[in-house]
Amino acid sequence: MAEVTVPKEHEVAHHFDDLEQEFESHRLGMWLFIASEIMMFGALLVGGLLLLYKFPAAFAEGRAHLDWRLGTLNTFFLLTSGLTMALAAWHAQRSEQDKVRRNLLLSLAFATGFLIVKYFEYSAKFHHGLLPGNAFSGHGFTDPNAHVFFGFYFVATGLHVLHVLIGMGLMVWCLFVSRKVKFTRAYYTPVEQSGLYWALIDLVWIFLFPLLYLVA
Amino acid sequence: MSAHAENINYFKASKGFMSWLVTVDHKRIGLMYLASILLFFITGGVYAGLFRLELWGPLPGFISPDTYNHLFTMHGVIMVFLVVVPGIPGALGNFLLPLQLGAKDLAFPKLNITSLYLYWIGAVIALFSLTQGRADSGWTFYAPYSLSQNPAVLWMLVAAFILGFSSILTGLNFIVTIHKMRAPGMTWFRMPLFVWALYATGIMQVFATPVLGITLLLLLMENFFRIGIFDPALGGDPLLMQHFFWFYSHPAVYIIVVPAFGVVSELIATFSRKDIFGYKFIAFSSVAITIIGFLVWGHHMFVSGQSEVADTIFSFLTFFTAVPSAIKVFNWTTTLYQGSIKLTTPMLYALQFLFNFTIGGLTGIVLGILSVDIHLHDTYFVVSHFHYVAMGSTMIAFIGGIYYWWPKMTGRMFNETWGRLAAVLVFLGFNLTFFAQLIMGSQGSPRRYYNYLTEFQIYHQISTAGIVVLALGLFMALFNLLISLKNGAIAPQNPWGARTLEWTHAETPPVLYNFTETPVVTQGPYEYPTEKV
Ligand SMILES: [Cu+2]
Repeated sequence: MAEVTVPKEHEVAHHFDDLEQEFESHRLGMWLFIASEIMMFGALLVGGLLLLYKFPAAFAEGRAHLDWRLGTLNTFFLLTSGLTMALAAWHAQRSEQDKVRRNLLLSLAFATGFLIVKYFEYSAKFHHGLLPGNAFSGHGFTDPNAHVFFGFYFVATGLHVLHVLIGMGLMVWCLFVSRKVKFTRAYYTPVEQSGLYWALIDLVWIFLFPLLYLVA
Repeated sequence: MSAHAENINYFKASKGFMSWLVTVDHKRIGLMYLASILLFFITGGVYAGLFRLELWGPLPGFISPDTYNHLFTMHGVIMVFLVVVPGIPGALGNFLLPLQLGAKDLAFPKLNITSLYLYWIGAVIALFSLTQGRADSGWTFYAPYSLSQNPAVLWMLVAAFILGFSSILTGLNFIVTIHKMRAPGMTWFRMPLFVWALYATGIMQVFATPVLGITLLLLLMENFFRIGIFDPALGGDPLLMQHFFWFYSHPAVYIIVVPAFGVVSELIATFSRKDIFGYKFIAFSSVAITIIGFLVWGHHMFVSGQSEVADTIFSFLTFFTAVPSAIKVFNWTTTLYQGSIKLTTPMLYALQFLFNFTIGGLTGIVLGILSVDIHLHDTYFVVSHFHYVAMGSTMIAFIGGIYYWWPKMTGRMFNETWGRLAAVLVFLGFNLTFFAQLIMGSQGSPRRYYNYLTEFQIYHQISTAGIVVLALGLFMALFNLLISLKNGAIAPQNPWGARTLEWTHAETPPVLYNFTETPVVTQGPYEYPTEKV
């Protein structure tokens, strides 16, 4: 699409005194939101660890059906997209709109890669009946509680994927904003905020990945 | 909007029903919260009235046992999630926080209206659950009973999840506002104590509520997909659900009561016409309660089969929570000493609060004692303790706050005589209702039972009679306010002679962006001119 509108300077909202106050408010708000999310995922992880402690055999058997290589690939995708999001924010501060956009698109591409891998992982589980609770029909399991592992697997990764989708939505939003508003050192809030949120998604994965794929 | 809309009072700045629905003005949002919360307070009260009537006699009366379970569940869910948790922050906090800080609005006005809409959506879903069967799990949603795939319970879980979101966003908004939106000269120790209370509350909303969120989500997943985390039949652990639930719900008690501390601090300072005694102690004790409040959840689980070590630690820490609470009560009482006390309607509520909260707090210590709790657990003693805090302290302070700020919010004065009479009725009705429950609980009468031994009948009858007096007082208080909208005298800018910014610098009612000129703060919130009294 040809560029028809020239990006304008951002205007401070009516209730703020200046850009600085607005920027710092948004930053603090996002940190608090992330803290809140960490509490939520933290509780979920505590639940997961408790299940691991109660059913070590079920977790061992379940893990044997996850491919750590795919998990590692996804870890790579997420961490790299974290880097490109940070670069996007870095360029936004320098008003390099084109480089911001390029890095946003790269992040989107890596995030899509993550989802594609996830799609293949999920469909393999569905195919083999490796599902939660009563839907579980996996073969060759000796532990009667093997379904518990997959219950936790789907809830934890499902919630994480939901966050990935929201994070991708934020990237698309930043792309739109970058066409209308000129980022400056004083105003690059959307990119910085989305980058922070994406860092949370990375962080959660850093904990989920070993718990599900690696710990024996 | 005209060119000078920002200097017109917020009622007149724009007109029509839609202008309220799309508003981002914290004052209008506060009023809409207030109306919604009062509506649900009445609804929750009607549920309570119905089952208290049933409990007039021990044998089955006009309500079946199943309906009884349904009624107390609805009462609990509505009163907790739709009234006392969002209550003071949503209504008074929204209206007052920017005014008391000297700001134009909250940091995130659009997020603020989003919180209100989430509240409404949650409320509608809670009501919708009535068409899907009868929720009967109690407000605590304990597993495995809440895993029986009762559709009404499932909808309730969804409602509570959304209401939790609303609460998180409100808390987040308040914290950022307090950090970043203070007027020039408004240092941390010049902030009114109500602001400190909202700050402590915000921290709990942001950090505790997400744990409730994941708990409710996991309960839903367990119901739909049988994931096996809480259901013992699938290998899950129902105790884990209780740990998660109380990790939120103990701090939630402070989400409920800490804002009330803030309101009462304002009322006592204003109507004693004195600087509050021990300002920093009161401010920091709110924060201290927040921190300790995160570490005591296990005191709800002394009889759930938790380890004895855990029991002992939780019991010990529970005693600690009494310290900041007691600090506050002593400081308020000392403030009253030698003050020039005016027994206005709001002050009558503040004094009731002191009385009720002392009982509510002390009975909490009693319940924190391990050996005693074994006997009192799941009796009316617990019900009474909780109501002395949630109703006797929080709602009483809330009503006192509504009366106190009513002139600022609406521009009208209420009738003092009727206001005081209603306050006295509320005090008598409340204490009749719940002191009777305290006694029968201490004698071992279990809570949530449909039937009871005839020896407890007298207490049940006192309790039911009390709720009639209480309802009379509450409706009198409400109608007194509503009538003032039409007949009340026009309120002056500062009818109480208070010293905080919303009275000294904002018009009555305030203009659209609160102040015609940004106030510059040069003194503390309760510094009265030092003439000899
Ligand atoms: Cu508690």
